Amino acid sequence: MYFYILKRILSTIPVMIIVALFVFLMLRLAPGDPAAVIAGDYATAEDVERIREQLGLNEPIPVQMYKWVAQLASGDLGTAIFSKLPVTTLIGQRLEPTLLLALSTITFTVLVAVPLGTLAAYKAGSWVDRFVMLFSVAGFSVPVFVLGYVLIYLLSMQLKILPVQGYKSPFEHGFIEFFRHIILPTLTLSVIYIALIARMTRASVQEVLQEDYVRTARAKGQSEFKILLRHALRNAAVPIVTVIGLGIALMIGGVVVTESVFNIPGLGRLVLDAVLARDYPVIQGLILFFSFVYILINLLIDLSYTLFDPRIRY
Amino acid sequence: MTDTNQDQLMSDSVLSQREDPGVLSMMLNNRAIFWGGSLLLLFALIAIFGPLFTADPAALNPIKRLKPPSVEIWFGSDFLGRDIFARVIYGGRISLVVGIAVAVIAVIIGLFLGLVAGYVRALDAVIMRVMDGLMSIPAILLAIALISLSGATLSTVVIAIVIPEIPRVVRLVRAVVLTVREEPYVEAAIAAGTRLPLIMVRHILPNTIAPLIVQATYVCASAMLTESILGFLGAGIPPEIPSWGNIMSEGRTYFQISPWIIFFPGIALALTVLAVNIVGDGLRDTLDPRIARKM
Repeated sequence: MYFYILKRILSTIPVMIIVALFVFLMLRLAPGDPAAVIAGDYATAEDVERIREQLGLNEPIPVQMYKWVAQLASGDLGTAIFSKLPVTTLIGQRLEPTLLLALSTITFTVLVAVPLGTLAAYKAGSWVDRFVMLFSVAGFSVPVFVLGYVLIYLLSMQLKILPVQGYKSPFEHGFIEFFRHIILPTLTLSVIYIALIARMTRASVQEVLQEDYVRTARAKGQSEFKILLRHALRNAAVPIVTVIGLGIALMIGGVVVTESVFNIPGLGRLVLDAVLARDYPVIQGLILFFSFVYILINLLIDLSYTLFDPRIRY
Repeated sequence: MTDTNQDQLMSDSVLSQREDPGVLSMMLNNRAIFWGGSLLLLFALIAIFGPLFTADPAALNPIKRLKPPSVEIWFGSDFLGRDIFARVIYGGRISLVVGIAVAVIAVIIGLFLGLVAGYVRALDAVIMRVMDGLMSIPAILLAIALISLSGATLSTVVIAIVIPEIPRVVRLVRAVVLTVREEPYVEAAIAAGTRLPLIMVRHILPNTIAPLIVQATYVCASAMLTESILGFLGAGIPPEIPSWGNIMSEGRTYFQISPWIIFFPGIALALTVLAVNIVGDGLRDTLDPRIARKM
């Protein structure tokens, strides 16, 4: 078992190296002159040269490669062109809102999607089932930001029960203010995620409900609730948890959009500010950061399978 | 129907007992494909021929700025007095072009890489690790980075959306190849001395077509969404082209006074993507009953 865990941890290294290599090559292989594109239309030749130097593009490729590896190995994600601050510092400044939004979204999603999917599987063909299937198709069709604006329009502008935009830190403004501001972004961000997880829960619970041990449990008079909880959901947990992990990729994309709709000063806004300011090193650093977070979360999920399913012993 | 599919049907005892009703009639009998497809056809016709009848989507009208929807201007006007209806109709062209282009290119590249990964053992590990790496980069961030490096044009936007879509196609094709290559008819072909390229084209490739068509619809839907998100964030197609994402991006500042600028293109986008997704689900159910049972 320890051998498996070690093997699984080591297997993330090649993936991380490929991500780093891909990000490295992206800047070097881009058609045209990236330094000129980043400098913008009104840049002078000196500006372009300065940016080329900041990006490290004026050195031989092997030297660039060596510096890149050395830099990443020491945990440095690069330096912003304009503010001259390290990207890790910028990430640190903006981490809190994104982290709290992500946590509230995952919590809300799991609390809604898993019971909904289980119920749909249990009552296959009923209106609950149809609703879940319809929701999962619709959830994948409505763009995140349109949904955000619809919610703002209905709940903030028409009913006036929630604030339109903004973010209030729970550490400065108290939990209630934080909560009122995080409701709409959470709803917006979780719809596509709920669609994904409810569909997966429905499929895997449906499969388990046909197993012999479920029939045995029924035969010995186990209550339906306990059958769903102990027999069905527990055995269906592995694929559901896997999809929760894979869905984080969807959520990271959604964070950028949601934070821009709701004016939340998090990592997503940092991406957008960097795009508008053409601050490529920040975009690059954030790609690395998000990818590594995604790889690590999925590593932890893989390693957690033994908790959900004692049959898995590696 | 090709010989290969016949062989496969014969080998599958459940299916061989049934009459083959013909793929086309099966598809038309599927309600999802019929309604989703009709809706999509309607949108496509509107996008192709609509701009011939609407007002100029770029025509400025300073007197009619930010007018709400009315009998005269159906979808209202934006902050420069431009007709939102004309812009939404025109934006449909961009969405369809991007969706179809991304789906076709991603499927072609993914098919090639998937066939190689599935059949050439030496390259399998390399290709799949690269795909794993690519999959762990969030698609929207990857597209934003690619566009901010090479400048925003229609073709760079298409390429930027294609790259993150490729791994899904590669994984699918590889999975099909790995199952099919163990089938008796492939072994028979190898025993009969058929050369590898011919085995690929005649025995492996036909099996990938059905799942690829299904996957292509999903790629198309997701490409349309990504394109609009990029436009909305101001990182997509140049702002002077009225794509749905760009119209909504311009409407952000005025949302509290003129929400229609975001709502109409948003509804158009959601309905189009929904139609594509419904067709995809219908195709999945008819073309690939094995996957359908799993979902």
